[in-house]
Amino acid sequence: MIEKALTGSKRYWGWVILLLALMGAGLGCYLLQLSRGLTITGMSRDVSWGLYIGQFTFLVGVAASAVMVVLPYYLHNVREFGRITVFGEFLAVAAVIMCLLFVIVDLGKPMRVFNMILYPTPNSILFWDMVVLTGYLLLNLVIGWNVLEAERNEVPPPRWVKTLVYVSIPWAISIHTVTAFLYAGLPGRHYWLNPLLAARFLASAFASGPALVIILAFVMRKFSSFDAGREAIGKLALIVTYALTTSMFFLGLELFTALYSRVPGHGLPTIEYLFTGKDGTGNLVPVMWASVALGLVAAYLLINPATRRRESTLLFACAATFVSIWLEKGIGLVIGGFIPNPFEKITEYAPTMPEILITVGVWATGLLILTGLCKIAISVKQATGHAASPSCGASASPPQNSA
Amino acid sequence: MEISRRTFLKLSGLGLLGLLGAPVIDVLAKTDRARVARAPGALTAKRWALVVDMRKCWENGKGTCRDCILACHREHNVPDIPEEKEQVRWIWTEPYENAFPEQGHQIGAALSGKPFLVLCNHCSDPPCVRVCPTRATFKREDGIVMMDYHRCIGCRYCMAACPYGARSFNFTDPRPFINSVNPAYPTRERGVVEKCNFCEERLAAGSPPACAAACRYGALVFGDLEDPGSAVREILRTRYTIRRKPELGTRPNIYYVVG
Repeated sequence: MIEKALTGSKRYWGWVILLLALMGAGLGCYLLQLSRGLTITGMSRDVSWGLYIGQFTFLVGVAASAVMVVLPYYLHNVREFGRITVFGEFLAVAAVIMCLLFVIVDLGKPMRVFNMILYPTPNSILFWDMVVLTGYLLLNLVIGWNVLEAERNEVPPPRWVKTLVYVSIPWAISIHTVTAFLYAGLPGRHYWLNPLLAARFLASAFASGPALVIILAFVMRKFSSFDAGREAIGKLALIVTYALTTSMFFLGLELFTALYSRVPGHGLPTIEYLFTGKDGTGNLVPVMWASVALGLVAAYLLINPATRRRESTLLFACAATFVSIWLEKGIGLVIGGFIPNPFEKITEYAPTMPEILITVGVWATGLLILTGLCKIAISVKQATGHAASPSCGASASPPQNSA
Repeated sequence: MEISRRTFLKLSGLGLLGLLGAPVIDVLAKTDRARVARAPGALTAKRWALVVDMRKCWENGKGTCRDCILACHREHNVPDIPEEKEQVRWIWTEPYENAFPEQGHQIGAALSGKPFLVLCNHCSDPPCVRVCPTRATFKREDGIVMMDYHRCIGCRYCMAACPYGARSFNFTDPRPFINSVNPAYPTRERGVVEKCNFCEERLAAGSPPACAAACRYGALVFGDLEDPGSAVREILRTRYTIRRKPELGTRPNIYYVVG
């Protein structure tokens, strides 16, 4: 089926070439980083993780959120999602590959990355994160590909695929839980040392991921013949609404504990730094308030049924949700955890241009993978006549019937 | 002998499984322990500890003595990097409020603003060892928290985990920043984490740590915490000492005499 990604319109190739150019710029900067070291980034002995690990953390959430289209379809027989589950799975594939790339570009000694496999270390959460992420990548690749191939051949997918789907549902939860445990188990990092963190991660992921799927659905409708259907988008919008409000509620819980107790050990110094600035510093203050403002606007537009149903406002709300959570989780949470440092001193962090270009390059790689996979899926759906009809139940045979 | 493609694939698969399985068996069998015999004459202990008598340090050193820091950094080829954000430090000073952020009540002992020597605490329950994904950071039987520069992949998870800011990362190549290289100890390369190693290489040769040996005033006392007759136990019995961030449960093995 891969050949379907190699034919396309001029616009398709223009987009691919743009992504390749961005990847090239990122690769160039990465070669610079390989030759000069992480000194070319904005990181320091105080803020030892920056943009790369922030993106990694955020994208694990995007990957995990594929479960929000897979679970309703396979467990609750929500047939409207039948047409789009494969896009959720392919989004997970692209997101996990970006996650792994972000970890690799962050390593000081990338050529030694296999030490993680040669010396497996069950006491390290990073070891388990590698295990669950690679497992999740394989699961989604195998599931997505086989479901699509079955659809192309107009036969039900093999039975074992359904077993894998059931495995992939708790697995999706595990990848974001384990990623939260990377942070939530560290003594002395008060902003992260929080049992709510995994729940917060999942809530924010289930908002940002489906929001991206909605945006993706609009993009596909505009640039291809594929239409996800009003019902599917409507249901996804509801998921975004509930997840976003839950996520904001969880953030509020954390803020209350810290601000009302005024105990420094509950992250108060970091929260002050993030939201008001501290001792004349405050690089992240606009980031955090932008996140709050976008989150509130998105919540308002999503909770109100009229604006949730209107396509233009829904699209804006989804974009606002995605950016709000990206700012809060991909920037504020990871970097904020290092500020103040263990000596209660503030060292600020700002990414450098090469660091930003490497980050853009990894995003471009993920988008290229996503574009290719979506192109294949759309071509298959066109060929089998499952692309244009948005009516309910017109999708490929759900595995329920096949088993 | 004829070998079918199917058999070949099966055998290759089995072979690969074996290769992947070996490290897993190592973990389960815990065969990765140090198997090196101690040299005769090496200094040994059940649990190494360091007591820093800051009063001796301030009264005799007048705040400008840096003998211990210089000795340590010279001994271990610690680079002198001007860019503060990328500095490598094994032992250095921090003001009292920063070294002991939640123990402000000691202000009564007129400690405010006083410089305190800080270094790796060689915690009894070290978070850095817990998080390291390659066991490049590990704890020896005698309590020394060790760093294997050759296994470190530079993920810097240990830096996030250390509540004492005791770890440094080689953002840049450290070699151009070493003033005079000590050929007896390795230099590091770009991309790995490093920290104080309690001078395990000197202990193995029968000498006390460089910082303790360099202090003219006997402010740094090194010894076995499990030996009731040791000098460190004598000080802990008779003087008022504090440790950094005891509330985190890492149980540091560096003690500070403050009263």
